[in-house]
Amino acid sequence: MWRDALLVAGKDLRIELRSRVVLNQVAPFALVVLALFAFALGPNRAPMVQAAAGLFWVAVLFACVLAVQRSFALEAVDGTRDGLRLSGLDPAGIFLGKAAAIAVQLTVLEVLLALGVVLFYGAHVHSYVAVLVACAAGTAGLAAVGTLYGALAAGVRVRETLLPFLLLPVVAPVLLAGTRAWQVALGTGPGGDAADPWLRLMLVFAAVYLAVGVMIFGPLQEAA
Amino acid sequence: MTSPWSGRTIWIVRVLALVSVLSVAATVWLGLWVTPPDKVQGNLVRLVYVHPPMAWVALYLAFGIAAVSSLLWLWSRTRSVFWDRLAAAAMEVGTVFTALTLVTGAIWGRPTWGVWWAWDARLTSTALLLVLQLGYLALRRIPGDPDVRARRCAIGAVIAAVDVPIVHFSVNWWRTLHQGATVLNTNLSPTIHGVMAWTLLLGFVSFTLAFAWMLTVRYRIQVLSDRIEGTDLEIALRERWSEGDE
Repeated sequence: MWRDALLVAGKDLRIELRSRVVLNQVAPFALVVLALFAFALGPNRAPMVQAAAGLFWVAVLFACVLAVQRSFALEAVDGTRDGLRLSGLDPAGIFLGKAAAIAVQLTVLEVLLALGVVLFYGAHVHSYVAVLVACAAGTAGLAAVGTLYGALAAGVRVRETLLPFLLLPVVAPVLLAGTRAWQVALGTGPGGDAADPWLRLMLVFAAVYLAVGVMIFGPLQEAA
Repeated sequence: MTSPWSGRTIWIVRVLALVSVLSVAATVWLGLWVTPPDKVQGNLVRLVYVHPPMAWVALYLAFGIAAVSSLLWLWSRTRSVFWDRLAAAAMEVGTVFTALTLVTGAIWGRPTWGVWWAWDARLTSTALLLVLQLGYLALRRIPGDPDVRARRCAIGAVIAAVDVPIVHFSVNWWRTLHQGATVLNTNLSPTIHGVMAWTLLLGFVSFTLAFAWMLTVRYRIQVLSDRIEGTDLEIALRERWSEGDE
């Protein structure tokens, strides 16, 4: 399973390194979203700093939808999906590999977005540990659910519109928890809030969906 | 086209329909005319006879049946088209009840809280549940092979169902303002009137019966529409073949 996961993740990341679609299109898009939020909230710094945590996670969610779409667009051409199924790789390995590749790309996007939030919105980070743990757990959860829904929508003609509609409500807990954890880490949240329960919630979310994915990806591949 | 049901089943469903319509009518009568207005909430309290029963049907009964049926379809030992149709029927009827829960809640919230919508924990998670259910219905409408559709929908339902407790907890921590408990809170209405308690109980029974009836009808429609899909193709094929004969 782990070896298959490495193979699949390597394949996806190699394609990304050569095509640079996520880096050249999704990353600028995420930064455009940050700029749009700034336009919407006005030129004053105060509301932007106040909303920075939530805006970061909303931008991550949007970027996640695009990264998942890209990841499964790779499979749609040249009969790659059938090739992958015929390859005899463990479905759980394929799931983990695709999720890992999406997670790596999301991490790059999050670094860019975090820099954007700090530079353009003027947010100050008080607790780097909370920021990093929230990003790691959130990324794992988003990548796991994203891979599941990406595979579910892959064979469908209306996938571009279906995927965000299915994916975004399900990842709402990541947005809630990530925002709260970041608010604590940036010192902009309501007083007396601790980051720990939110980080734990994100870890549980990631663990649950990784487990569901490992179990269900075999039957899921047959549905595409 | 023959009916998918035997004569006896049709009779049972008819009796179920009659009983559920009568019991809903009795709930309306008791709730609007017989029960007294509440000391604190006045006539608003009458929503309590429909809102919690709707929420019970939508959030627990319908979603529970849909989730369990989807799991049973996925498990190869119990796989049968029955579970797929039952899940589809329960999810569709449940979506209507979830929407009704939100609407009756909003009608209650406007005079009580002063707003149609509050970002309260239960409201928010119910709204998210409605979106998840709509997502399932969208998956359901994708044309294609029935077996692939059943698999896709069952997996979609399981992924969404796993999310429900997580959404519940996260939104609960996020914010809790729901005033629902005050309706039955003993501090505010020290003695809940006997008729009121019985009406509420009848509300639960009648909405459950109505749900069961709608579920059976929706299931039957599912069977018939599956059959039409099959026959349409057959007719088209036969027409095409007969063209070749001429």
